[in-house]
Amino acid sequence: MPSRAVPLVLLGPQRFTRTLGEAVRATGIAGPLALVTAGWQEREGEDEVLREHLAAAGCAAENLRLYERTEELFEADPELAAAHRERQERLRHLQELYRLRLAHLKAAVRELDLREGPPELLAPERRHALEAVRALDAHHLRRVRALRRATDEATGLRRRPALLRQAAGVRRALERAAGVAIAGGHVAVLLNRLRLFGGGRLLRGRPLFAWSAGAMVVAERVVLFHDHPPQQSGDAELLDAGLGLCHGILPLPHARRRLRLGDPRRVALFAERFAPAAALALDDGARLVVAEGGWRAGPGVFRLTPAGRVEPAGELP
Amino acid sequence: MSLAIRSLTGRETPPAPAEIDAFLAAHPVPLVEGSSVTFLYRGEAHAVRLHHWIYGLPSARPFTRLPGTDLWYLIEELPPGSRVEYKLGLIAEAGEEEELIRDPRNPLLARDPFGANSVCHGDRYEQPAWTLPDPEARPGTIERLTLAETALGREVPVALYLPARFRTSRRYPLLVIHDGEDYLRYSALRTVLDNLIHRLEIAPLVAALPAPGERLVEYADDPAHARFLAEELVPALERRLPLRREPAARGLMGASFGAVASLSTAVRYPGRFGRLLLQSGSFAFTDIGPGRRGPVFAPVVRFMNRFRDRPERVSERVYVSCGIYESLIYENRSLVPLLQGTGMEVRYEEARDGHNWENWRDRLRAALSWLFPGPLWMVYE
Repeated sequence: MPSRAVPLVLLGPQRFTRTLGEAVRATGIAGPLALVTAGWQEREGEDEVLREHLAAAGCAAENLRLYERTEELFEADPELAAAHRERQERLRHLQELYRLRLAHLKAAVRELDLREGPPELLAPERRHALEAVRALDAHHLRRVRALRRATDEATGLRRRPALLRQAAGVRRALERAAGVAIAGGHVAVLLNRLRLFGGGRLLRGRPLFAWSAGAMVVAERVVLFHDHPPQQSGDAELLDAGLGLCHGILPLPHARRRLRLGDPRRVALFAERFAPAAALALDDGARLVVAEGGWRAGPGVFRLTPAGRVEPAGELP
Repeated sequence: MSLAIRSLTGRETPPAPAEIDAFLAAHPVPLVEGSSVTFLYRGEAHAVRLHHWIYGLPSARPFTRLPGTDLWYLIEELPPGSRVEYKLGLIAEAGEEEELIRDPRNPLLARDPFGANSVCHGDRYEQPAWTLPDPEARPGTIERLTLAETALGREVPVALYLPARFRTSRRYPLLVIHDGEDYLRYSALRTVLDNLIHRLEIAPLVAALPAPGERLVEYADDPAHARFLAEELVPALERRLPLRREPAARGLMGASFGAVASLSTAVRYPGRFGRLLLQSGSFAFTDIGPGRRGPVFAPVVRFMNRFRDRPERVSERVYVSCGIYESLIYENRSLVPLLQGTGMEVRYEEARDGHNWENWRDRLRAALSWLFPGPLWMVYE
């Protein structure tokens, strides 16, 4: 397997099974680590347990305070704050429109799946129905990107003094760090905050450890998923592009709790819909070391396959 | 399907006591087989009867004694998914008074303010996992305060449920719950809220549980009660706690007369409470004549008749549920199209259950996750 000079490690959720310290040690990084806990929103600063865990592994940590910095930024630049609110409102609206169309397309996929008849007639229709879902996903992603780009350009985001000041503070903190640990939480908040301060450009080339929503945002696409919510049907949704720091992987934290992994048809549809990215279940204890063009997965990482199976992810290539 | 009890009945000679012992040891009581339930009682008696709370069936159903034995049985039809509370009535000697007891062979009990009943779980009924304590769920806390000099002319003790990791820098929805202490005791309310918040299925919320006084008076469209909730309790809590102030983040909830109090308060303060959760509401009304439910219901009937004459859009979302084994099913079914006709969003759910706290408990996930949806799709911790 080609080795990656800068480690990128995706972990299972850390609340009950903390493996971050061990993962950091295994990469030979002495620290300190820059922490991103913006997904915890107003609890961003409540990172004592995480710090203690890292300290026990001999690693110091400094929180980048991206959530708090954003609040300060919006206070200092109300025009930017208003533009951000408006953009988020438009994104929410767009997501609703996408959800509406997705529900109909997914219903067709499900209905065709239950139909009986000559395979030579049914199979192409099923494939085409799934392609329609994939095409809608791609269309939605394009629209979300375009909407974001338009707002960034309209607000002159990268030239705003208040943002430049905060971003400089983030960069200085990163220069003191030997790597970055990105925790979970609210995935849209986390993604927005990271993107605001530079996104992929900010983190590329730095050793990264990410879990839960953190693992989701470093991938190429962010997919929201739950197979048995208390309301509605549980159709996975594309939210946005991720930071694109790892390729060909769709991380699925808490997959055992959130997905019906015992239902081969659902597993197959999920895997096919998001192919060629590998849908990888990252539950407690999971560790996935991402390498150029592949990965090395620990025993806790499972891959959802188009055949409807959930298999140990192993190594790729 | 041949029922297990048939292995003992229809014989020329009665089964020996040891055989009955073995039968009882081998089968749970009551014995649920598909849509049939066999209730069993063993002991000397003049008569044994089943008392249940299924509206539409005679309330006392006689057991049959297996000839030559002290084993009594009764076979009833019970559709899948049903949940029925019951007691056994024993008459020791002819002419003696009946003694009501819980089924001595059935460990399943449901408690309520009047004591406890035995419970029969029909085929495929399962107590929802989210009603049971989950060690992973962070627990909320209960705080208590007292409001003095209220519109009700008395002090009102209020229990407050604050969600786990409550913090003043965040704003929370408020749900005011009638008979809230009973919901805590008999409907596992605290466990349910902890679990649903932990599962991200409902938003972290503050629940206020004001203690009722004369509930059959205060909850029966009493203007003082509505004034207390809308003009005293909610403003007091908004001063004290970080609460969201929009109607969509403010709810009223109750069962039975508590549902009446919730709806009538919303009618007296239209637009104030954007979320209503009405369980097995005692929504008695009359189309003609004085009604059949007695004087306690008179103010309810007046309120419902007025509301039926001039239904209004007083809230945004209303969740209504009722057990199909309740006498109130007719009133609740009648209410739904009336509410829908006002333009409110209405969800209605029926359950094969009765007028009891566990029925109301089992509906809370569907109700609360619709009224106060949580960040399930967005949060991955």
